[in-house]
Amino acid sequence: MQALYAQLLVGLINGSFYALLSLGLAVIFGMLNIINFAHGALYMMGAFVAYFFLEYAGIGYWWSLLLAPIVVGLFGVILERTMLQWLSGLDHLYGLLLTFGMALIIQGLFQNYFGSSGLPYAIPDLLKGGVNLGFMYLPIYRGWVVIFSLIVCIATWYLIERTRLGANLRAATENPTLVRAFGINVPRMITLTYGLGVGLAALAGVLSAPINQVRPLMGADLIIVVFAVVVIGGMGSIMGSIITGFALGVVEGMTKYFYPEASNTVVFVLMVLVLLVKPTGLTGRAH
Amino acid sequence: MTSITENAAPVHRSSRDEVVAFVIMALALAVVPFTGIYPYFVMQALCFALFACAFNLLIGYGGLLSFGHAMFLGTAGYVTAHALKVWGVEPEFGILLGVAASVVLAVITGLIGIRRQGIYFSMITLALSQLLYFIYLQTPFTHGEDGIQGVPQGKLFGIFNLAQPITLYYTVLIVFLLAFLLIFRIINSPFGEVLKSIRENEPRAVSLGYKTDQYKLMAYVLSGGLAGLAGSMKIFVAQNASLTDVHWSMSGEVVLMTLVGGLGTIFGPVVGAFVIIAMQQYLAQFGQWVTVIQGVIFVVCVLTFRRGVIGEIAHYFKRSL
Repeated sequence: MQALYAQLLVGLINGSFYALLSLGLAVIFGMLNIINFAHGALYMMGAFVAYFFLEYAGIGYWWSLLLAPIVVGLFGVILERTMLQWLSGLDHLYGLLLTFGMALIIQGLFQNYFGSSGLPYAIPDLLKGGVNLGFMYLPIYRGWVVIFSLIVCIATWYLIERTRLGANLRAATENPTLVRAFGINVPRMITLTYGLGVGLAALAGVLSAPINQVRPLMGADLIIVVFAVVVIGGMGSIMGSIITGFALGVVEGMTKYFYPEASNTVVFVLMVLVLLVKPTGLTGRAH
Repeated sequence: MTSITENAAPVHRSSRDEVVAFVIMALALAVVPFTGIYPYFVMQALCFALFACAFNLLIGYGGLLSFGHAMFLGTAGYVTAHALKVWGVEPEFGILLGVAASVVLAVITGLIGIRRQGIYFSMITLALSQLLYFIYLQTPFTHGEDGIQGVPQGKLFGIFNLAQPITLYYTVLIVFLLAFLLIFRIINSPFGEVLKSIRENEPRAVSLGYKTDQYKLMAYVLSGGLAGLAGSMKIFVAQNASLTDVHWSMSGEVVLMTLVGGLGTIFGPVVGAFVIIAMQQYLAQFGQWVTVIQGVIFVVCVLTFRRGVIGEIAHYFKRSL
């Protein structure tokens, strides 16, 4: 039973990362109509920025949690302004290809300087240790990751679905020309949205740094699982991304307990099954 | 919305230009063993050129961007390598089995993937190929990380000894040229015309009464089968099958080759494959910088050079190539 709970927890943690990443992808897709292939690389950058902060500036985990997403988000803003911007009006596939190229560049550069092995990042003092819940031992940091990402996800959902800014954003997604006519600066909004989505990826990177090591390729394989998560969820809604993300993490964790051989593939198998029954994905609208 | 192949749409169709270009290409490749060029490099490039042509059949003429095409290259490779080494079959049957395996795989994955369009189709094919990657990592017959090594080349039809470099070279070349002609024929057939009309405007094709899903699936299966042929041929050249050929980075590479040469052009993928393989060959000592350079090429191509090498040339001379 202990092992089952442990896998459930691992599943929830992975689910947190899936949710944060697919949430960012959904936000970016909504505004830019681009599947951000560089998302995994930017997630990795988030972890590396936290590592640099600690090693070279003595900035600890808590400040990194705030600053690293801002730094990487600004980097995202630059990418959008200098490159992605020029693709509006072209086939969506060009966005995929461009961000794929950016991912290769970013990952390649980090691999050149840091090799492929991992760098350690210590758990902050406040979150060290664990508590015995009676039925299982819960490392505090892991519990923190799940709760914190849940809070961030809900906050993002609230921002987009329940505030005036979010309403403008959704309106601009539906009809940019009309929203522009109301005097809203749509291009700036697009840029900031990209920054926000990238920031979410970087935040996931900082969260994962103490659990997984900081590696140049940490986002490369993760992103493909997240794509499968996105296909399953359908990217129709913000809430859909969050729920699908967590749920698939748990399913994966359970598989690791009951049939470990399939744990790498279960998300993809689920994707196939969902597509056969409902090609638009679980919460999807047709795009 | 500008279609991904819009830039490459032929200006003046002239089959004479294409025939002349084909003859030049065939002759240039035929004299390679008599020049100082390393034949192994050319054979490898030819396998990738076939792979890229097969990929281009799907995106350039069907408008479908598969991001999981490595699964066909890798699957056919594993099957051919296993058949040659463990079952000891003749080379021609090894190739046949490899192609058959990739066709079956294409039918299965096509039926799943064709249900979604655009970016979703790309993501589904990518996810499916990653699923296969993990399966090949775990199943015993692929030998996981080690791959299938030391595959015997055998005698084609019991006559041509493929262990001889010169025989192997011409075998690979002939297979490549025949496959190229087949693709050329497909593109210029009524089927190819329907495919192009689906690429340009799918709702219109549907309203004309075409069952577009069937056409797209057929294009996908043809493309997958030909990519499989490339994977099978590659086994005779490299004599091993490994996980590299199924990994998603290989799927990215074939996209890059096609993009560099020119999406939707007939000769573009061939040129693109030679450029990229040459780059990998000669820049190998720079390690991960090759990845960075490939990324830069991707970005530059998408931002400023969307027609690709052949696309630009064709556009300049207002010809279709």
